[in-house]
Amino acid sequence: MYENPSDQNQSTQMTRSHIGTRFGDPIFQMLTFAFAIMVLLILGGVILTLCEGAWPALRVFGPAFVWTASWNPVTKNFGALVPLIGTMITALIAMLIGVPFSFGLALFLTEICPHGIRQPIAIAIELLAAVPSIIYGIWGLFILAPLFQRTIEPLLISSLGPLPLIGALFQGPPIGIGMLLAGLILGLMVLPFITAVMREVFLSVPQVLRESAYGLGATRWEVTWRVVLPYCRTGVVGGIMLGLGRALGETMAVTFVIGNAHHLSTSLLAPGTTISATLANEFTEADGEIYTASLIGLGLVLFVLTFFVLAIGKRLLLGAQARTTLA
Amino acid sequence: MLKSLVKLGRASLFALSAASLATAANAADVSGAGATFPYPIYAKWAEAYKAKTGIGMNYQSIGSGGGIKQIKANTVDFGASDKPLTPEELNEAGLMQFPMVMGAIVPVVNLPGVKPGEMKFTGKILAEIYLGHIKQWNDPQIVALNKGVKLPNSAITVVHRSDGSGTTFNFAYYLNAVDSDWSKVGVDTAIEWPTGLGGKGNEGVSALVGQTQGSIGYVEYAYALQNKLAYADMINRDGKTVSPSVESIQAAAANADWAKASGYYLILADQPGAKSWPMTAATFILVHKMQAKPDVAKEVLNFFTWCYGEGDKMAEDLAYVPMPNNVVQMVKKSWSEEIKDSAGKPVL
Repeated sequence: MYENPSDQNQSTQMTRSHIGTRFGDPIFQMLTFAFAIMVLLILGGVILTLCEGAWPALRVFGPAFVWTASWNPVTKNFGALVPLIGTMITALIAMLIGVPFSFGLALFLTEICPHGIRQPIAIAIELLAAVPSIIYGIWGLFILAPLFQRTIEPLLISSLGPLPLIGALFQGPPIGIGMLLAGLILGLMVLPFITAVMREVFLSVPQVLRESAYGLGATRWEVTWRVVLPYCRTGVVGGIMLGLGRALGETMAVTFVIGNAHHLSTSLLAPGTTISATLANEFTEADGEIYTASLIGLGLVLFVLTFFVLAIGKRLLLGAQARTTLA
Repeated sequence: MLKSLVKLGRASLFALSAASLATAANAADVSGAGATFPYPIYAKWAEAYKAKTGIGMNYQSIGSGGGIKQIKANTVDFGASDKPLTPEELNEAGLMQFPMVMGAIVPVVNLPGVKPGEMKFTGKILAEIYLGHIKQWNDPQIVALNKGVKLPNSAITVVHRSDGSGTTFNFAYYLNAVDSDWSKVGVDTAIEWPTGLGGKGNEGVSALVGQTQGSIGYVEYAYALQNKLAYADMINRDGKTVSPSVESIQAAAANADWAKASGYYLILADQPGAKSWPMTAATFILVHKMQAKPDVAKEVLNFFTWCYGEGDKMAEDLAYVPMPNNVVQMVKKSWSEEIKDSAGKPVL
């Protein structure tokens, strides 16, 4: 009487696991494999569509499309240089602002901040990530732009403008709207992403490591720089790459504050444009095959740019990892 | 668990019925897309027409270039453009166009203490500013024309459209007519601007000019009024100072000979006459000549018939100028001659 149910139980378990291994696993395997293949197919499809759409422009302009500065819908002469440089410069400014800020914030939150207010600050930063980009754009246009025009830019022009070399970056009339403001907004937008990732990876460092370093008499800075950071370098670079990816592709907020002008200028205060802003502005309006194809060509350039940036990031990461392992 | 499932079921049923209701309502609606220039008046007309007949008109103000593209792709029932298509372009795409309403493009400035109508420009000065030759507000040419206006010693921030635009086309057409230097920039819905920043749509330019001290832009008159921007007067072809108004737009339109304009291709910029506003523009509707869905086409034309008849007052309230009666008669005649269903029968 006692053994019977247990036997039965065991046999059902046997059958279930038997069926599980016979059908469940292969099906699950195939399913996950299909997901992986689908991602590759979509990626390939995107590249193919971009190439096909951009072909009429690439055929006419050739590789010179990438380094031609002209963007003239009247004469139908298009080149990607101005938006490409605009994209890179705004992303660079965003990184220059976003990375140190995020690093400091994440460090403060994990190492220095009193425990009671850690969580509220962390949540506030994560909420920043949830703000839609158009809100950043509107805020930039209506609040920051007048502030820039009246206060910050005249100050930059009078203080940094006359300096040799870097002075060229801060010249021209103060408009408020321009590359610098776009870069700043982008920096604020990527900040919560990078901070969130950095905070998580800092937290992943085993407490034992920290404690032993402190035990050896290391200062807080030495613990951070020599113990925490090397331990989670991969994660930190990953967070930066995530932010950079967002900065390169961000559209709406940039369109609001960059000025949408196809000009090359040495000054960061001058209006410019980025690839995604150009697409957002002109795509619905582009008439004629070459114009549309050139816009799709811009998309292709952005795709390639992002790909290379991520590839280089990955490469650096692997190199760093290899060195750490060797050491 | 069961409860939440029931709830879910109810919610989806509700959503389904709502969706079917929505599609039922949409079936009778007509859709259009295009120019932002006449959007304020089209929106107003649509609202009044809906209140009267129950038939909605869904208009997306995506810009003239977009309107032309959408009607060619047949995704909307009509397109709207401020840049008229040439008769050849119309034939090629199987479209017909007709002028719907007229309006004025006005220069708007943002200078401390400068009120609407206080400043004035000549076409030549506007062109020089937009070419980047005149860079300062206290440039002698501007000062000489605006005695008594306090002009700051600061840079002019030029604001233009960042998207393709019929407003840009008409503006550039005018600048090209008054300044020979403009030919190197050219005339089109989108051009390579020598200087300045771009705003998306009339709305975008209005916002940028409103935001940026020391800026100048060009917008449809209704946008200048709605956004309380300081518009400027113009010196017209006859050398007289004119303000944007229904009268000055009508004066410019009075010269227009629509009967001679093949396919209604006519641009109203830089017209002679002491009272003519120099940057007057008509805005056009594009429809397919061959209508696969004659019922929908009929709704579209009914709507525009109503606008021509009952919409005049609303147009004038927003500083647009309705088309003169003889032009309306001509357009109606063209409809019955040119717009046909697949069997070749006139739609109206």
